[in-house]
Amino acid sequence: MITGEQKPLEEIQALLGDAEKVLVVGCGTCVTVCFAGGSREAQILSASLRMASKLNDHPQDVTDVTVQRQCEWEYLDEIEKEIAEADIVLSLGCGIGVQAIAEHFPDTWVVPGLNTTFMGIPQEQGVWEERCAACGDCILGLTGGICPIARCSKSLLNGPCGGSEDGHCEIDPEVPCAWQLIYDRLTSMGKEDTLLELQPPKNWQVSRDGGPRKIIREDLRLISDEA
Amino acid sequence: MSGKNNGYLVSSNLEKVLKAGHFAVTGELGPPQGADPEVIREKAALLKGYVDAVNITDNQTAIVRMSSIGAGTLVLQEGLEPIIQMTCRDRNRLAIQADLLGAHALGMRNLLCLTGDHQIFGNHPTAKNVYDMDSLQMVHMLTEMRDKAVFQCGDEVKGSTAGFLLGSAAAPFADPIDFRPLRLAKKVKAGSNFIQTQLVYDVKEFAKYMEKVRELGVHKETFILAGVGPLKSPGMAKYMKNNVPGILVPDEVIERMTEAGKEWKGKKAADLSPEEKKARSKAWQTEGIQVCIDLIKDIKKN
Repeated sequence: MITGEQKPLEEIQALLGDAEKVLVVGCGTCVTVCFAGGSREAQILSASLRMASKLNDHPQDVTDVTVQRQCEWEYLDEIEKEIAEADIVLSLGCGIGVQAIAEHFPDTWVVPGLNTTFMGIPQEQGVWEERCAACGDCILGLTGGICPIARCSKSLLNGPCGGSEDGHCEIDPEVPCAWQLIYDRLTSMGKEDTLLELQPPKNWQVSRDGGPRKIIREDLRLISDEA
Repeated sequence: MSGKNNGYLVSSNLEKVLKAGHFAVTGELGPPQGADPEVIREKAALLKGYVDAVNITDNQTAIVRMSSIGAGTLVLQEGLEPIIQMTCRDRNRLAIQADLLGAHALGMRNLLCLTGDHQIFGNHPTAKNVYDMDSLQMVHMLTEMRDKAVFQCGDEVKGSTAGFLLGSAAAPFADPIDFRPLRLAKKVKAGSNFIQTQLVYDVKEFAKYMEKVRELGVHKETFILAGVGPLKSPGMAKYMKNNVPGILVPDEVIERMTEAGKEWKGKKAADLSPEEKKARSKAWQTEGIQVCIDLIKDIKKN
């Protein structure tokens, strides 16, 4: 899932400026699950903004609506009317949701209410950890299902580096050393020989480093114009 | 490997000393956080005649300093042989290769390939890190560049190529400890001609590590230089023991350092006059150097 964290109220207020009609748009998928931008958070934030704007002697008309997924056109179509009535839209979706609104409603000014953080897992209630960097060339088959690209601070392919202590990364004692995890897992499964093979430099072209990415599946595309 | 240069890879002083079977001594010269060449010249003058080659650190601990290659050029002018350090933290494969073509053209022949301290520890923690490759991949890339005159992409180097005696770092006491000798073997397989270890204070543990290294036969394929560093105070010894991953400082070393300052025992820094503080530092430093000398003698025996 994609995780996000709400921006501080002051920053959100600054983004909204003195717009009179504010529409807060929640998203019912990833950011609902990580308690950052679902219907509940949209309602609470709207109330906070209304109160804060009253205290500032510039009351704003803040309403909220939540769609199932901000990243799909069909769900955005459902809120066309609310969007049209607003002076500004505050999206509580991830960065994809904000951009989808901007693209779908070209005459609407949309600002983000969240910082999109990472693709990860709810490790326990209230704790999320990064798991995938979407590098475009998955190597989990070599590393026992533990990703060094996303989880090693230096994205090493030939770890461990020597900076870990008691299984934790040198950058933060709260961060588990990915290569210690990989070492333990490969050793326990009798696959430690994999650790001795020199992994060549990674092809970063298929990651974000190669430019924005796009997938086209001809087998799935709708044929609009039959020849 | 290249058959040129009478069997030497690069004919550097360091390579000749190592291949002659001598005990090689390297030092370290940290470039300044400024552009004054005199700082380098003064440090080089202190080291000249005492070391076979000197390591020039590359933005050590992720703090911006004069570049390793720039400082190395000044060191060469002073008649001292540099070992350029290069990290993967700040450069991608294009920059690494380009900078090293330049370093070779300027006369540098020894290189220590490092992954590099994470930038979060330094003075630009908000920087984007690179880590396009890791130190093993860098060693392998530069072995190919030296021996086959090819860039990492496979293109030929035009005209003369850049050849370096390639070194790697080893951390004999880091986690996971059982993997350390195997990781050294991996670094040698990647092409490391010499190895410089993390600071050794515990010779018994180092001997155990070396035993495993010998079992793997790695010592026959590379030159291993044990790292030693003088302690400045018992506080520094304790700090390294407790806070620096991969460094073991045995209690007897801490006791020796404490004993050296016993004249001022129980006194806090605030209770000491500037003269007393100076005398205490001097006593500690003298013992720190003696500890270092004893370590070298001990390591040589093992």
